[in-house]
Amino acid sequence: MCCAGCQAVSEMIVSLGLEAFYERREGVSQRREAALPDPLERLLAFDDPELQREFVKTEGDDRVATFSIDGMRCAACAWLIERSLAEQPGVRSVQVGMATPRARVTWDPDRTSVSVLLRAVSEIGYAARPDLPDENDDREAALGRQELRRLGVAGLGAMQVMMYAVALYAGALQGIETEYRSFLRGVSWLVATIVVLYAARPFFERAWRDLRVLRPGMDVPVALAIGGAYLASTAATWTGSGEVYFDSVCMFTFFLGLGRMVERRARSRCETTVRTLLRNVPETARRIEDDGERWIPRRQLEPGDRVIVSPGETIPADGIIVEGSSSLSEALISGESSPVARHLGDAVIGGSQNIESPLVVSITRVGADSTLAAIASLLDRAQFEKIRIAQVADQVARYFVVGILVLTLVVGSVWWQIAGAGALWVVLSLLVVTCPCALSLATPVALATATHALAQRGFLVTRGHTLETLARVNRVVFDKTGTLTTGAPEIGSVVMVSNIGAAEAIARCTALETRSNHPLARAFRDASDPSSVAPREAINFESVSGCGVSARLDGVTHRLGRPDWVSAIFSGECSEAKLEPPIGEQSWVLLGDPSGPLAWIGIKFELRNDSEAVVRWLIEDDLDVTLLSGDPSLTEVNRVAEFLGIDHVVGGATPAEKLDCLRALQRDGDVVAAVGDGVNDAPLLASAAVSVAMGGGTDLSRTTADAVLLGDRLDSLVDAIQLARRTRRIIYQNLGWAALYNAAAVPLAAIGAVPPYLAAIGMSASSLLVVCNSLRLGRPVRSNR
Amino acid sequence: MNIVFVLVPLGLMLLALAGWAFLWAVNHEQFEELDRAAQSILFEDADDQLGPPASERAPEP
Repeated sequence: MCCAGCQAVSEMIVSLGLEAFYERREGVSQRREAALPDPLERLLAFDDPELQREFVKTEGDDRVATFSIDGMRCAACAWLIERSLAEQPGVRSVQVGMATPRARVTWDPDRTSVSVLLRAVSEIGYAARPDLPDENDDREAALGRQELRRLGVAGLGAMQVMMYAVALYAGALQGIETEYRSFLRGVSWLVATIVVLYAARPFFERAWRDLRVLRPGMDVPVALAIGGAYLASTAATWTGSGEVYFDSVCMFTFFLGLGRMVERRARSRCETTVRTLLRNVPETARRIEDDGERWIPRRQLEPGDRVIVSPGETIPADGIIVEGSSSLSEALISGESSPVARHLGDAVIGGSQNIESPLVVSITRVGADSTLAAIASLLDRAQFEKIRIAQVADQVARYFVVGILVLTLVVGSVWWQIAGAGALWVVLSLLVVTCPCALSLATPVALATATHALAQRGFLVTRGHTLETLARVNRVVFDKTGTLTTGAPEIGSVVMVSNIGAAEAIARCTALETRSNHPLARAFRDASDPSSVAPREAINFESVSGCGVSARLDGVTHRLGRPDWVSAIFSGECSEAKLEPPIGEQSWVLLGDPSGPLAWIGIKFELRNDSEAVVRWLIEDDLDVTLLSGDPSLTEVNRVAEFLGIDHVVGGATPAEKLDCLRALQRDGDVVAAVGDGVNDAPLLASAAVSVAMGGGTDLSRTTADAVLLGDRLDSLVDAIQLARRTRRIIYQNLGWAALYNAAAVPLAAIGAVPPYLAAIGMSASSLLVVCNSLRLGRPVRSNR
Repeated sequence: MNIVFVLVPLGLMLLALAGWAFLWAVNHEQFEELDRAAQSILFEDADDQLGPPASERAPEP
């Protein structure tokens, strides 16, 4: 046991007679603290009727509410929470969900209260907070239930009708008295009517919608087949002549519904990633007000509010730490599991979990502006944009449907000449067997699954075409600063070329860089020591991309950056030799004012610890790697390139030169993926076939990159390229299968070799195969690094 | 064979019953969370008769 909290929890568990928890739990909880129960007075705030109106529903005399639960890891946790809540007096029922860690509790308001319930959960080491009902989720769940109802009715009906069909077929072979036959047909009709009217209704609705806009989709042949077969069989039943196909009608409805349901679930599971992301933000926050602290619903938070976040709690919105320092787990946002340290003045992202010590956070962005909302909308956008291959498949499917309808008409009339009324079931089979479901499903499910899997690993796909292009990439261009190196540079050495002191030089640089968002600026911000030299105001600040920054300090223009650009402001002549950077494994920038050069500042960049492995993997995988750098000191650039094994290096390049270099590569036929820090290389990223930005500096709501590495880790790039290739392979497999299937099935059905029931099975199996094949992408990538 | 005129409607009634039971189950959210139900069998309320006792596992706080 690590602390008093654990001990309390453990004693609590044993005293409740719930020792079985320790036998059953899967894996040890990773949370180091947060086990200290919430003080009761803090929870009392939740009994406030004003606050409760938001999340408590009244059902008869009872109250119902949903609580989101932090720290739930496994089935044992769910069980423990369920047991301990159920043992509270006054609790009527408890359901704890595993997929989304939430507990739905019904209780008697006269015998217990919200604070007591929350206390019970917090005593066993979890943090429970009221959860606001999500209409979107409810609607999704209602849709799912409706679909299940229709499917169940179709299934039950199909079983029953098939049973009657066996009797009717046997009767047709051995002879059957007309009264029995009519009776069985009548009963079949009754059941089939319910199935067609209830279970098959969505097909008719969608087919009608397609027809009204004259874009026949795959539901048109389906609706025609079901409707036609049903009407013909009904006529046969009432006139007592001809054949009935009620069994095929019901079975077809059932199989089709099954295929659709599997597909919809696969897709909605990917969509819920987005919502789970947002769901993880607590619905309540503890705001500091003039008269103390108060729990308020998160929706009432506004920028500028200050909130307290205790260890174990989740930060309710984006903000800046104004008190305390702690380590936070940003696993939700970046997929990075190890906690990161955040100190006074650091920005924190809503949705990250506070692990160590209490924080006061000043809220900067809420609601749609927040980082999580930006991630969610980028993911949404990626899923709405259809890639070229999916558009082609849709086009083909549409023409295919029209073609099938025409073909069916021709085949039907030919069979009418040959077999008369027997033509009906050939037509039926043809319509059913050729439904281009597999063709339409081949790409979207695969893409959605891959996007979802990558998002979980911290690789955020923001464009529809990203995965497709990433699979074709044969050259990766890294913009050095902030990608292969970390975004946190340090000042190495300062070489004076004038008579101002080193501290004074640094102070001037710091003043110049205060408003710059270039990664270099961070070096000065971290290095500045306000006590030694008085800070000063920079006016007329200007940042010139690829060159440096300039501003007026104490009335004198200063420039900091590339030597040739800085020298432009010198009033006197300046010898070439003076603009030659000193020797040393650093990037050198020059500080100067009109009187001449003042000092060389050496900036040291640490390589990311995964850059070497990533570059090695890329090279081993026969990808070309290029290192682009605006850094004028070629020795430094070459050193980095040599260390990483990169042979194509362009150093000292201005943004325009970088762009030219990229364009030249693309002209030579390379499909280039550009990786940049997302801050200073927007033009470069925009011109590459596919662009990847590091998440660290990127403003997610305005990013133009095709993908963002959320965890600020380079190695998810490797995962992404691998998965993109697998995705492409699976899409081709799916399309190939769909084409093969239809090519084989159409002629067979046209010559009458496929009975309707076989057609229904074949078509559904084909769609299921495609969906399941795509779902394979969700499995973990085999790592060959 | 006239018995079918009794048995088939009887079968239909059973079908209606099955249909009603199914709809009831769906409407009462019996299919919402399928994983938990599968695992719930592992958690005995009373002292359990199966599975290794706690002492044979690594002691954990």
